[in-house]
Amino acid sequence: MSRAAPRPGRRAARARPPWALVPLAALAVGFLVLPLVALLQRAPWSDLAELVRRPIVTDALRLSLVSAAAATGLSLLCGVPLAWVLARSRLPGLSVLRALATLPVVLPPVVGGAALLFAFGRRGLVGEPLEDATGFVLPFTIWGVIAANTFVALPFLVLTVESGLRAVDTRYEEAAATLGAGRWTVLRRVTLPQAAPSIVAGAVLCFARALGEFGATVTFAGNLQGRTQTMPLAVFVALESDREAAIALSLVLVAVSLAVLVPLRDRWPRA
Amino acid sequence: MTTRPVRPLLAAVAVLGALAACGGSSGDAAPAGDEGDGPEGAVTVFAAASLTDAFADVAAAFEDEHPGVTVELSFAGSPSLREQVLEGAPADVVATADEGVMADLVDEGAVGEPVVFATNRLQLAVPAGNPADVTGLDDLARDELLVGLCAEGVPCGELARRVLADAGVTPAPDTEEPDVRALLAKIEAGELDAGLVYATDVQAAGGAAEGIDVPAGEAGTTRYPIATVAGAPHPDAAAAFVAFVASPAGRDVLAGHGFGPP
Amino acid sequence: MLRAEVDVRLPDLHLQLDLRVDDGEVVALLGPNGAGKTTALRAIAGLRPLDAGRIELDGRVLDEPAAGTFVPPEQRSVGVVFQDHLLFPHLTALENVAFGLRARGVRRREARAAAQAWLDRMGLADVAGARPRTLSGGEAQRVALARALAVEPRLLLLDEPLAALDAGTRVRVRADLRRHLAAFPGGRLLVTHDPLDAIVLADRLVILERGRVTQTGTPAEVTARPASRYVAQLVGINLLFGTAAGERTVRLDTGGELTLADALPAAEVAIALRPQAIALHTHRPDGSPRNAWPAVVADVEVDRDRVRVSLEGPVHATAEVTPAAVAELDLVPGARVWASAKAVDLVAYPR
Repeated sequence: MSRAAPRPGRRAARARPPWALVPLAALAVGFLVLPLVALLQRAPWSDLAELVRRPIVTDALRLSLVSAAAATGLSLLCGVPLAWVLARSRLPGLSVLRALATLPVVLPPVVGGAALLFAFGRRGLVGEPLEDATGFVLPFTIWGVIAANTFVALPFLVLTVESGLRAVDTRYEEAAATLGAGRWTVLRRVTLPQAAPSIVAGAVLCFARALGEFGATVTFAGNLQGRTQTMPLAVFVALESDREAAIALSLVLVAVSLAVLVPLRDRWPRA
Repeated sequence: MTTRPVRPLLAAVAVLGALAACGGSSGDAAPAGDEGDGPEGAVTVFAAASLTDAFADVAAAFEDEHPGVTVELSFAGSPSLREQVLEGAPADVVATADEGVMADLVDEGAVGEPVVFATNRLQLAVPAGNPADVTGLDDLARDELLVGLCAEGVPCGELARRVLADAGVTPAPDTEEPDVRALLAKIEAGELDAGLVYATDVQAAGGAAEGIDVPAGEAGTTRYPIATVAGAPHPDAAAAFVAFVASPAGRDVLAGHGFGPP
Repeated sequence: MLRAEVDVRLPDLHLQLDLRVDDGEVVALLGPNGAGKTTALRAIAGLRPLDAGRIELDGRVLDEPAAGTFVPPEQRSVGVVFQDHLLFPHLTALENVAFGLRARGVRRREARAAAQAWLDRMGLADVAGARPRTLSGGEAQRVALARALAVEPRLLLLDEPLAALDAGTRVRVRADLRRHLAAFPGGRLLVTHDPLDAIVLADRLVILERGRVTQTGTPAEVTARPASRYVAQLVGINLLFGTAAGERTVRLDTGGELTLADALPAAEVAIALRPQAIALHTHRPDGSPRNAWPAVVADVEVDRDRVRVSLEGPVHATAEVTPAAVAELDLVPGARVWASAKAVDLVAYPR
């Protein structure tokens, strides 16, 4: 099957988008980039080096990275199996389950935080017996931050991985079965490797969402430097008292986010 | 193929047109009604979070006295109020829980002459029933209790730290809430065993929280200034509101919520 | 040895077939598309449960709905070579072949060594490290075969193994496949719609049409005495259906009348007539042929040094003549000719 080489004019025409799309796309880019530019413009460049070394920044950065990473780990552990159930099983009420799993995406984060309190707070459904039995309290600890982050970020991973799993051709799984692979082996060596790009994408989205989480964290886990004050919380508090520190914190957050998002998304080629 | 580029363009124009139509309609509507004496229209009041319940009643009382005016209220922490006013938010009146914040606004020329209209003092709040048996400021240093303060930079937080310093207590907070109402909510819910909030907040909590008096003195008292915003859209209504708040009628309403006289 | 009584109800087809494949035997399940061949193969592989019936391999029941028995595919020891080879795209050829062994717990090094040996045997030693998408059609199919054979199944199923290949590759791979299949000790069941695959590769044919078996036999038997129009068309024989109108005379459904040399075996018969046995003339022939009829040329098709002429009229048949005859008789579509066939060349058997 040979393919004729495209005529030069035709190839150039195919590379350009339809003209009506360009100004709209430019509008979108402008809208998204302008606030970032404004932030950069107000940055206290001369003091930046000193500002980012202050404990309020380093503590917040450490907490953010640790809790976002932990939330991503938890999301992978529980989210991939959930995605598999949503994509493959034939249980009744699956669409209801999917709606519930997606709820945190549409729920205002503060509402999510309040709901977490009702469930896991000291007077919560699970939290109260937990404290009575073990003395352990979820709010006001880093575990509370991780819980809040996981609550808002897990759905992103589930949705991404579910669509990735749906795209895997089930015929390969049949072929693996005829070769003697049990269900667990099929999952491990055939299904998941092919879904790997979507799992990575889901994890990246999850991490990014967890990194930026504010409402649920402050409502559920509280705000204390060094213990629960993640970067977004630190920025919010600093905005009220120390504007320059707030901007420095924001820049650090932007830099970290870019460092995570840019290389990971390019690096994973589609199979 | 000439029709294809046209369709997305028409869609874009329709969307932008709809947005423009929606955007233009917010804002003041000129009330038909008496053209007699007194201001008319809407007056936008930005107030500190601790004034939430009190100002709702003050606004109602004000509207009774000035039927042509509607009061729109917006509440936030005092530092947020400063940011919003300085960034040019459409406020007519601003009432803060911190004289320092108001002084900043005066320095920036953002407000007119402020008037102190009420005072408030700190109180130690505990959940109904006082489950942790809290008796005084010393309990805030106990590690085993879950204790909350307002964040630094929030007037309630500044006040709390001054009071604690005067009493020689080093607190062990588990959270520093950016908003006094958020702190109160956690105390009411029983998530925290104790916290320092305003007496008015304890009053507003009704039965859900109890207040324990602390030695306040000058350090533990906060004064509430109110001022009209420079370049306000409704200067007459703004002035009338400020006057009402400072008047005996206004003070009565405020006292009902636990505020002290200026 | 496979003993299968397959009963599967599909939305538009009810598949019922009894199949037996002995060790050492290659059976081809041959039929038109939609006949149910792939469904039968999937049922035997365990990829689709039976609705009724029984599948037994080497005495072990794999599927029996009435008894509630169903052995999943991974426990069946039935190897499958799929039509699109279905090599795992994220693994190399070697890893693909080693997959089944590793799935059964063989250690990685041994599995890879065994896999390499299989690839060597297939002449694929140098593509061991390649990903499936870089392999040619023929290479991919051979790797798929190696992958299925590497776990030493008791039964090997091949689903249209050559269908995805182009004509030239198909000839070569068909020959290779015959060799590789010969080395496999167990039973082999080949599903195909290509009669040449069946004839070249199989010891026995099972013709499946619309969910039912219409004929079984060796390739020679089936091609000599095709029992359905499908098979007859497949093997290029004229099959004429008619009713007895005398001891040796048949009135055809299409109107013509033919006289045979022997007595008819039944009232409803099918008459096989080889294309080469039909002679064409410009006028009605005199002399020995008792069967002559006027025909109109419908189509003329050249096939190397032979020409196939389809005729319409009281007898619908295809005659095979030399190019010279075409020129001599001026055979073009629409031309009127006379056709004749000797009685001895007509073979009748019951419908």
